[in-house]
Amino acid sequence: MYDIKALYEAESVEDAIRLMQEHPEAQIIAGGSDVLVQIREGRRAGVELVSIYGIDAMRGVTFDDEGAIRIGSLTSFSHIAVSPIIQEKIPVLGEAVSLVGGPQIRNIGTIGGNTCNGVTSADSASTLFAWDAIVELTGPEGVRRLPIQEFYIKAGKVALQPAELQTAIIIPKKSYEGYHGNYIKYAMREAMDIANLGCSVNVLLSEDKQTIADVRIAYGVAGPIPMRVPSAEAAGKGQKVCKETVEAFSKAVLEDIHPRDSWRAAKAFREHIAVEMAKRALSKSIELSGGEIRE
Amino acid sequence: MSKQYKQIHCVINGKEREAMVDVRASLTDLLRNDFRLTSVKKGCEVGECGACNVLVNGECFNSCIYLAVWADGKEILTLEGLEGPNGEISDIQQAFIDEAAVQCGFCTPGAIMSAVEILNEGRELSDEEIRIRMSGHLCRCTGYENIFRAVKKTMLKRLGKE
Repeated sequence: MYDIKALYEAESVEDAIRLMQEHPEAQIIAGGSDVLVQIREGRRAGVELVSIYGIDAMRGVTFDDEGAIRIGSLTSFSHIAVSPIIQEKIPVLGEAVSLVGGPQIRNIGTIGGNTCNGVTSADSASTLFAWDAIVELTGPEGVRRLPIQEFYIKAGKVALQPAELQTAIIIPKKSYEGYHGNYIKYAMREAMDIANLGCSVNVLLSEDKQTIADVRIAYGVAGPIPMRVPSAEAAGKGQKVCKETVEAFSKAVLEDIHPRDSWRAAKAFREHIAVEMAKRALSKSIELSGGEIRE
Repeated sequence: MSKQYKQIHCVINGKEREAMVDVRASLTDLLRNDFRLTSVKKGCEVGECGACNVLVNGECFNSCIYLAVWADGKEILTLEGLEGPNGEISDIQQAFIDEAAVQCGFCTPGAIMSAVEILNEGRELSDEEIRIRMSGHLCRCTGYENIFRAVKKTMLKRLGKE
């Protein structure tokens, strides 16, 4: 038995908002692979929960009218990975979420939960940062949209107002059209492990594949929350596709990231692999875009 | 604290079932305590070891981190559900025996249910894919290689390739 004070099951988004207004102390439970474990550990023992797991309307990957990819917040990692839309338009997101935990965790874990817990190591988060994802939040006042970079406030804290829940994650068309990306997770085990560092890069090459028209890079575990790396992006954008650019891009990473020492890995080690991961992820992204890195 | 219950209706191993569930219960609690399905093991109880793995609507879930109330309206399959009409064991269970993929047996029911999810797809998975799909189980006895062989052998047999 879990140490749960009370459980309220929501049948719709409106129902969830009403339940959260009626029970302001209650916390949301989606798939529960974080929440239930934390109850078991005692960190959240004795909580009141609003379960949104049964709201099927919050599941699925679709295109909206403007061609943006809309991922319902309760969509499981495994369903994101097999979605034809994800596989065609932003396969790197499917690859990234396929590195979360193990198969059973990917069946229960949701992309909304992965982002709402505000954890820097979330395998989906760095890729969502790197693709300028928009978070859709629904609350008593209606629906609002926030860039994912503004959604994260600090470690474990996201911009959810009282009685508000995340209902979807949106990747606008201009964020994905023509881009190709790569995600690298560095961990001690190949399954059931948390990233020591995660790096997600994507590029848009010029038509002749000679110039980097745009490049975006984000890390998980390089700071208290997932982060973009503006120095590296500035060093790569508008530059020729060549070895020199890749080198300059990956070295510039160190100007912005600030990983810490922890029992998982030392700061110096994380900085070292951060440069190498940027190099590899950019090279792979260029290759996927049909470019060739010359001397 | 007042106790809170919910009446649920689900299908367990092909049979329609009703249960009055304590909202604090996990699906492991429900299956073991209410239905005596003791193939569902209590291992780590935090979703890491896979010993409590069962199929819910055809997908693998660690039942220890799945609330029992969520089972309402679902179809659940545990290892007991693999038993044939005359008590025979299934091909995948036999393969685990033949390949010595069992020693202490604690991880075995959970691992077999992951294998069942794979086999139900009815397609040939690469060795790499099988390893990834079986990666949610900790086994301290067999070294995994025999488990891998049992799954692959059964997959190929069912596809008529062996």
